[in-house]
Amino acid sequence: MAEEVMELDEDTQKDKYLTFFIGKEIYGIDIRLVTEIIGIQPITEIPEVPVYVKGIINLRGKIIPVMDVRLRFKKEFLAYNDRTCVIVIEAHEIALGLIVDGVAEVLRIGEENIVPPPEIRAAQNKYIKGIGKTGNEVNLLLDCDKLLTDQDEAAIVDL
Amino acid sequence: MNTKGLDDAVDSMLEMFIFETNQNLEQLEQITIQSEKNGAFSGEEINDIFRIMHTIKGSSAMMEALEVTALAHAVEDIFFYVREKKPEKLDCSILTDLVLNAADFIKTEIDKMEAGEKTDAIAADLIESTSAFLLQLKQINGEQPAKITLPVKPKPIQASTQKLSSYIDLDEPVNVFQAKITYKDHCEMENIRAYTLINNVKGIVGELHYLPDNILEDDESANIIRKNGFNICFTTSKEYDEISVLLNRTIFLKELELEQLTDVTECSYWPKKEMLPKKALPEQIIAKGEEREINHPSMISVNVTKLDILMDLVGELVISEAMVTENPDLQGLDLDNFYKAARQLKKISTELQDGVMSIRMVPLSGTFQKMNRIVRDMSKKLNKQAELVLVGEETEVDKNVIEHISDPLMHLIRNSLDHGIELPEDRKKAGKNPVGKITLEAKNAGNEVIINIVDDGQGLNKEKILKKAKENQLLYKNESDFTDKEIYSFIFSPGLSTNEKVTEFSGRGVGMDVVMKNINAVGGNIIVNSEPGKGSMITLKIPLTLAIITGMTIKVGQSRYTIPIMSIRESFKPSLDNILVDPNGNEMIMVRGKCYSIMRLHQLYNIVGAVTDFNDGIMIMIETEKTTIGLFADQLIGQQQIVVKPIPAYIKNISKTQGVTGCTLLGDGNISLILDAVGIVNRV
Repeated sequence: MAEEVMELDEDTQKDKYLTFFIGKEIYGIDIRLVTEIIGIQPITEIPEVPVYVKGIINLRGKIIPVMDVRLRFKKEFLAYNDRTCVIVIEAHEIALGLIVDGVAEVLRIGEENIVPPPEIRAAQNKYIKGIGKTGNEVNLLLDCDKLLTDQDEAAIVDL
Repeated sequence: MNTKGLDDAVDSMLEMFIFETNQNLEQLEQITIQSEKNGAFSGEEINDIFRIMHTIKGSSAMMEALEVTALAHAVEDIFFYVREKKPEKLDCSILTDLVLNAADFIKTEIDKMEAGEKTDAIAADLIESTSAFLLQLKQINGEQPAKITLPVKPKPIQASTQKLSSYIDLDEPVNVFQAKITYKDHCEMENIRAYTLINNVKGIVGELHYLPDNILEDDESANIIRKNGFNICFTTSKEYDEISVLLNRTIFLKELELEQLTDVTECSYWPKKEMLPKKALPEQIIAKGEEREINHPSMISVNVTKLDILMDLVGELVISEAMVTENPDLQGLDLDNFYKAARQLKKISTELQDGVMSIRMVPLSGTFQKMNRIVRDMSKKLNKQAELVLVGEETEVDKNVIEHISDPLMHLIRNSLDHGIELPEDRKKAGKNPVGKITLEAKNAGNEVIINIVDDGQGLNKEKILKKAKENQLLYKNESDFTDKEIYSFIFSPGLSTNEKVTEFSGRGVGMDVVMKNINAVGGNIIVNSEPGKGSMITLKIPLTLAIITGMTIKVGQSRYTIPIMSIRESFKPSLDNILVDPNGNEMIMVRGKCYSIMRLHQLYNIVGAVTDFNDGIMIMIETEKTTIGLFADQLIGQQQIVVKPIPAYIKNISKTQGVTGCTLLGDGNISLILDAVGIVNRV
């Protein structure tokens, strides 16, 4: 029974993406990875980590690292305000909070509406899994696996 | 669903089997070594070994580890003979070797099972030597080499009268089945297989009776089953098909006759109601197997992860309690009743915390007893004579600490024996008792456990260590400035340990750097003391637990850090007069005539907004085996018990920071990073 419920659950979440802003761009993230969305919290800094890892937060007793997605994409740091959100995701048993400018909505983007990113610029698009079309809008769909695992060499050297 | 349930049952059976067998083997080892020391096996010890082997034989047959079964059977035979005939001539030493070898073999196989590998080792050699020993034993004790007839108690074959009463959550059992199971020829130990079968079905049956009934107590029943088959009759809520499928799964099944009866009275061996005994089947086995342990307080074994979760929760509770009672919103309010209630809560939660901690506490005796075996085996191999004295083995430490110190202790004992204790003739020449003495002593000291490993061997050779350290360029200051303690701690340096020559002359080497690493990993310390010709003493200081430590929380800029109190020697307001700067800009501080390096925490971790003037901050002296340094921080916040939480995996993956070992939640909900003294000192 439990498995059936799980499957059902998975199904309703399939093809759904949580969209958020970084500057003017809209990014989408697979909703199955998202655990919760919270406002910005007091962050404890951790020494000697890449700049985009802002530190750790206390989420009801759980300690979760937070990453500033803006800095991760090498955009300029923007002071946090009341629209700033932390999207808590969990993938491969690693929990991580993504600091984003703001959360937009949950969209259904069918597979037929997703096109792969242009190959020529693959080097620069390494965190983008695909480009989703909904009506007139275009969303960049994030590859969370890469976001979690890919080491940004430059950022570490920047220390 | 059914198959899944069955798989789970097999898994938990395997887990239980591994756990029990390991415990039995440990006990077996202890008993055997104890008997060898005494030079004879006492009646009780023989009974114990016999019982352990019997249990292993039975359970391993159930788990289909046939080589283990056969070996256990062979050893059991010896002890059966010894128990019944009480032979006068018995070579304890050879017998001990046999038993220990068998135990080792079984242990290896169990480990394989645990790792999910196939148990494929062949015990034929061991079985042969075991049987040969028994044969020899019989001969020298004047018995005919013919096979002795086991004194089988002739028991009338009658129906078993056992009701499995513990499964009350079943549907009303309505169907009655009678089955006759015949096992394949030569599958051996039919009685044990029959017992396995009973175990398999008992989850689904209401009432169960079988013939022959005495399958566990009497080995003769195997023959009866071989001849007549194994008859069972039971009531169940399941249908014919399901039962048929289940019974057909029986291993080594040759033939199955299954018929459905309309009523239990049709079964010839179904007992009359008033005959039902009170005891259920499993209890009988326990009663049979663990007579000796009846006096012990009742015990349960619990999965450690469950305790970890409980521990975590209690930690959370303590923190949330502090968040409530020290809430800034309460400041300035007159809340007498509230604080009264809060104190009560505090008291209870502290007791709860202590209670959970005490559950996790395990006496060191298990680990200590293992060393007996090492001393025995090694002294035989090295032709040395040594005796191991255990003191304070009842001292308790946290389960997770035990896991970490077992290996280091083994290494240290080995080294003491290998390099410390001299050969008997050398000891005689030196006017010592030819039997060396190694003392393993544990005692409580506040939040720490102190373990001393003392030997009366030749001691460490200071000059040789120093020379070797120099060759390996390990000297970090002037040769003459080294204290004895500092020189001795070189034996834990990796460079030295790999060098054959040093271990040969001045002792202690192989794997000693690993010892240091393991002990440091649990936040412990090692101190070495030695007197040439008289022996040496290695002292381990180990925290009682890893889950909760006493720490000093400090502030640097906006960040908080917590330093384990064990690492702090002292803290004070530095005076500028005592601070020196060398031409490279390295800062040092004079404390009571000694000079120490200074590490500014804000510089190390690039913390902005921290105090930079020595007059405004605080100096904390941090001590490790290697050296002591002064750590400069803004201010002390306070000493408290903290619950250690690991650094999130993500951070660990991307950062190679040394010096931060974990984090903790403070009473105000903020996070503090836990600093590790060794990591910090290495950064100097």
